[in-house]
Amino acid sequence: MAYLKVNSITKQFGGLIAVDKVSFEVEKHEIVSIIGPNGAGKTTVFNMLTGVYTIDQGEIIFDGRPIHNMAPQSIVDLGISRTFQNIRLFPNMRVIENVLVGTHLRTKYGLADALFRTPRYRKEETEKTLRAIEILKSIGLGHRIDDYAQNLPYGEQRKVEIARAIATDAKIILLDEPAAGMNPQESEELLSFIRELRGKGYTIILIEHDMNVVMNISDRIYVIDHGKKIAEGLPKEIACNQQVIEAYLGGVKKDAKG
Amino acid sequence: MSGLTRNCVARVIIQQLFNGLALGMAYALIAVGYSLVFGILRLINFSHGSIYAFSAHMALLFIGMQFGVIPAIAMSIVLTGLLGVIIDKTALEPLRKKNSIPMAALITTIGMSNIIQNLLMIFFNTERKPFPAFFDFGMIKLGNLQINSTQVVMCIVSLALLILLTLIINKTKLGLSMRATEQNAKAASLMGINTNFIISFTFFMGGASAAIAGALISGYYQIVYPGMGFMVGLKAFAAAVLGGIGVLYGSVVGGLVVGVSESFAATFIGSSYRDSIAFIILILVLILRPTGLFGKKDIKKV
Amino acid sequence: MDKNKSKRNNFIFILESFIEKFKIPIIVICAAVLLGIPFMGFSQYLMRIIIMIGIYSMLALGLNLLTGYTGQVSLGHAGFYAIGAYTSALLSLKLGFSFFPAAIGGVLAASICGLLLGLPTLRLKGTYLSIVTLGFGEIVKMVLTNWDKVTNGTLGLKNIPRPVIFGIKLTLANNGLYYMMLALVAIVTVVCVLIIRSKIGRALISIKEDEFAATMMGIKTTKYKILAFVISAAITGLAGAFYSTVIGFIEPNSFTFDVSTLIISVVILGGMGTIRGMFLGALILIAFPEAFRFLMDYRFVVYGLVLVFMMRFRPQGILGWKSQMPYKLPKAVRQQLEKLKTEGVKAQ
Repeated sequence: MAYLKVNSITKQFGGLIAVDKVSFEVEKHEIVSIIGPNGAGKTTVFNMLTGVYTIDQGEIIFDGRPIHNMAPQSIVDLGISRTFQNIRLFPNMRVIENVLVGTHLRTKYGLADALFRTPRYRKEETEKTLRAIEILKSIGLGHRIDDYAQNLPYGEQRKVEIARAIATDAKIILLDEPAAGMNPQESEELLSFIRELRGKGYTIILIEHDMNVVMNISDRIYVIDHGKKIAEGLPKEIACNQQVIEAYLGGVKKDAKG
Repeated sequence: MSGLTRNCVARVIIQQLFNGLALGMAYALIAVGYSLVFGILRLINFSHGSIYAFSAHMALLFIGMQFGVIPAIAMSIVLTGLLGVIIDKTALEPLRKKNSIPMAALITTIGMSNIIQNLLMIFFNTERKPFPAFFDFGMIKLGNLQINSTQVVMCIVSLALLILLTLIINKTKLGLSMRATEQNAKAASLMGINTNFIISFTFFMGGASAAIAGALISGYYQIVYPGMGFMVGLKAFAAAVLGGIGVLYGSVVGGLVVGVSESFAATFIGSSYRDSIAFIILILVLILRPTGLFGKKDIKKV
Repeated sequence: MDKNKSKRNNFIFILESFIEKFKIPIIVICAAVLLGIPFMGFSQYLMRIIIMIGIYSMLALGLNLLTGYTGQVSLGHAGFYAIGAYTSALLSLKLGFSFFPAAIGGVLAASICGLLLGLPTLRLKGTYLSIVTLGFGEIVKMVLTNWDKVTNGTLGLKNIPRPVIFGIKLTLANNGLYYMMLALVAIVTVVCVLIIRSKIGRALISIKEDEFAATMMGIKTTKYKILAFVISAAITGLAGAFYSTVIGFIEPNSFTFDVSTLIISVVILGGMGTIRGMFLGALILIAFPEAFRFLMDYRFVVYGLVLVFMMRFRPQGILGWKSQMPYKLPKAVRQQLEKLKTEGVKAQ
């Protein structure tokens, strides 16, 4: 059975069917992309995967365990973490604090430990801080740990979000348009970082607009349009799939004209 | 239970019901001020209670100057409406321009309330001053029921005004702009609506209806003092939230619930409970229905 | 304007570096001044005001944890203050408890109410939650007014006994109350700092910053909001217990909505989400009405003006700057990083 199996999930808002019986599978250590035109329902799929929305139908099985309609916190705890399309850092906290919030779930000391500064508190704080620094260094933000998140340029803020997601000890990381707002060089760096993550044993699901990024990095691609899955396959296959070109690339062309 | 006492209890209940309805309608008028401002700015205007107290003192002042009761009240209505506009222009609009945190505006209104109330104390001293019972036409007999005419007048005047307000909001161009601003101030302003004017107008309407309520309640209790706005303000506010803040008819229902439960609590539990019953109902309603009885749900966008 | 801003930040950096450099002498001087105040010959009246400043520092620290750090605005903290004061006063008056167990009783009672008031956070957010806290404050006052048998109604409780330590009664005259105030403020401050500089503090701040993002990072936001309510209520209850023994007399009207707004004003004036600001805020707002008696009735108008102008021109509060110093890493982390650095140099 697949590592993450999404079985015909549906989400309705009033009369609008945002996601209509979408199914897909993700294997361990894969990079899978979900693409589609604006408003196709990609982010809604992420919101269903991470417990923000309940699902109306279908099931989501992670590592042999149904996780749909669980609380977001429990889903993170099981090992699925995410970033956000419109960056949602803690702007007035420092970069390292942002990442430390990510480690919260794996930090086990309690109020009493904090009040009496017990050895357990010291040990865990040291461990987690070192871990946070290590993650930040690996993503190329080693020089930024003291900065306040809101003072970082856009591209670096996205990286902090990824670092924060990694800090939750996630097994699957959902990246919602990670390359948005990055210049070509930055997104190139990001690509190699994502590959590195896969090398370290993470599984990645990606929502992305930048076709360059998607075609370059994905092992497999799912295409969603109007809440329905319209195609799936290897990047090569998707690139020459007529339906996809019509729905997705065609849409872009139309936009460009208008 | 003998027939006589049962009759007596029934009469007390009906009398208190009318008492509560009259007060409740007046609360609704004040609640509308909270509701309108909250609808547009998502702000609890804590100075509204003081605005109400201000209106009563202005009316008293002009009556003292021999303007006659009705002209005096009319002048107080205009002045109080302007006070609302001034508060917005001097203190709140600058905050909006700076995109301040919501709490800044909240604290500003608390500060404004402080300023108004204390200025009233300085210029009118803290004593309770008599206010003419200008709409007391004696008792009205309905079968073997006696109803105070002041209560009937309060009900009718408030109801008429609330209907007028509803018509303004739902049927006029100005009202359309108000509703548009409420939905999305930025989009409304892009569509050419002068949102600052709309907000000022909203404050004016809130102030004016508080002034009318001020005249009614002062005429009913025949007493005016600087601290009078505090409790009434809180209760009207509770009424606004109870009905669903931002929803006009919600304010009316909320005001009636608060008014009636208050007068029943005063009669059957003890007069010292009257001021708190509103809050107990409020908390229960909010816990069961977080947006009030008729409140709209905010759809959260992630 | 940008230049101006960086200049100001620079000033804060210099100030902070200065404080960091001369940390120990500054602490020693502050401690000496605070401990020496009773020997400066202030009248009992002034000492009482100084103690009130301490009490309001505690109240502000308590509310700050909830409002400044967690972002939950409470308009009913006078309620917790009252519960702490009444519980402790009643325990000592009716059951003959001495001050410390009575105060613990007050703290517990306030915490339990904090827990109850925190529960609506399961469903209510933002303004609506503030409204419930406002209602809570009013209901507490109502209960105190009407529960004659226990609280003596509007007449209040008189002759609340003073604390006794080692057989010595602490009073204003022997400055025992003053030193006790110092000790309590110190304890509360340390507790707040310890909580904030831990994963709990980070969780609270993340909720204020972006509750949804905090949820998605696995933080049980409801649990932490309730925790913030409980700790905040406990601190406020402690301040109430101490207040009752200092003044010796409490009545429902000592705990009005005005008290709640005063506590908020202290927090805001000093600087929400800072510890340092609470002391300055309390100092200014409590000393103000006393220092400006010549303004007569106008001083309360000025008090309102202060709030309005602060919000307009410095909403972050007088001391509400963000630290420009590097993040304080745990000691062991610093050592580890040093080691890595030197090893790295060697390897090259």
